[in-house]
Amino acid sequence: MTDDLRRTPLYDLHLALGARMVPFAGWEMPVQYPMGVLAEHLHTRAAAGLFDVSHMGQVILRGPDAAQALERLVPADIMGLPQGRQRYGLFTNDSGGVLDDLMIANKGDHLLLVVNAANAAQDAAHMIAAALAPEVVTDRALLALQGPRAEAALAALVPGAADLRFMDSADLPWDGGTLWVSRSGYTGEDGFEISVRADRAEDFARALLAQEGVAPIGLGARDSLRLEAGLPLYGHDMDADTTPAEAGLGWSIPKLRRTGGEREGGFPGAEVILPELGRATRVRRGLRPEGRAPMREGVALFAAAEGGESIGTVSSGGFGPSVAAPVAMAVLPAELAEGATVYAELRGKRLPARIAPMPFVIPTYKR
Amino acid sequence: MLKFTPDHEWLRADGDEIVVGITAHASEQLGDVVFIELPEEGREVEAGEEIVVIESVKAASDIVAPIAGTITAVNSAVADTPGAVNDDAMAAWFFRIKPTEPGAMDAFMDEAAYQALIG
Repeated sequence: MTDDLRRTPLYDLHLALGARMVPFAGWEMPVQYPMGVLAEHLHTRAAAGLFDVSHMGQVILRGPDAAQALERLVPADIMGLPQGRQRYGLFTNDSGGVLDDLMIANKGDHLLLVVNAANAAQDAAHMIAAALAPEVVTDRALLALQGPRAEAALAALVPGAADLRFMDSADLPWDGGTLWVSRSGYTGEDGFEISVRADRAEDFARALLAQEGVAPIGLGARDSLRLEAGLPLYGHDMDADTTPAEAGLGWSIPKLRRTGGEREGGFPGAEVILPELGRATRVRRGLRPEGRAPMREGVALFAAAEGGESIGTVSSGGFGPSVAAPVAMAVLPAELAEGATVYAELRGKRLPARIAPMPFVIPTYKR
Repeated sequence: MLKFTPDHEWLRADGDEIVVGITAHASEQLGDVVFIELPEEGREVEAGEEIVVIESVKAASDIVAPIAGTITAVNSAVADTPGAVNDDAMAAWFFRIKPTEPGAMDAFMDEAAYQALIG
């Protein structure tokens, strides 16, 4: 490991738990623990998984005009976001592409944003250039607790957690400090994301791991869990050259920010993004390979078993442990019907895959 | 006779054939194996030819023929339950090969030398 990789407040705990550490977005992160990726994935869906996501950027925007100002960069309804609620949104660029995806919580006197690790610095610069004053949180860890036993495990330490519904956000007391808790995640399971002061992070993580059914889960299973849940990953399933409609994220743009809406447009790339909503010619689709061979990122897709130009490329793909079969996503021509067969070129052979609905597993969010 | 290659394959002599699999060390490095594609029986292969595709939750890898010869049998059970490689790598054989040249496996490492290699 090189010296310039950053370490989260849980680094020592990961080593103590036997994690295999890898570089990820400039951080040294656990990719798996001794349980292994497959078992960690299944454990999360059956009980509860604890993830260190401290590499993600936590950013505070203060001031009475913060929501209005952020709406100049994010095509979401942020001014109408009630206190104690969280919403998903996108930073867009002038050509209509996605700069990053993020969570936005209304915490009353400020907004709390959570952005991707690899984009955190760029996002802050993007906000500053738009005359916002982002405060990057540097003294807190971020944990995710996901799975059917997450509520019981967290509520045993933090009783108020059980009162939260999906996408609620609240400050809750724990052991003399304050946790920033939201009921959300990146696995398709019910669960929580919890920001805790860096100097209390290991104690808090250990207290959660002591609860029945809670196991540490690495980035490997985090990726297969989100893939099965049909959740896109920035830099893979969408990027600065993918529009929200192509990424299948048009749903995050509410009516009042669309053409004819009360606060129509007013964000970068609106003139490209808004006319395309509902009529994109290419859109992110789910794929179920017919055989057992995983179809991974970068694999070329074709309309026919022989000949023809490529119609797209797998953007995320692998083995889905809960589906017990390979699953994948790709941006493909919108006219392809569900159930239609496309062909992936693997090792010189074209293997069939069906266009399939996402998510590949049924989410269990507590709405 | 049991031998090991630098590519982390094990070779076990059985009559005039050699049974081939990957080592426990290799299976640990790969992680959970989820897909295995085996060669066709009867295929003639060169040493170093990629003849098995093995995919874990993390990545795809190729397994090469350690020696030249003819594939006489493949273990379709391991293709049906790829996780068997993680459970017991020495039992989860991939294929049997009849070497073109007798004594072809003699030059490979014995177990002590292989253990020294992987530390």
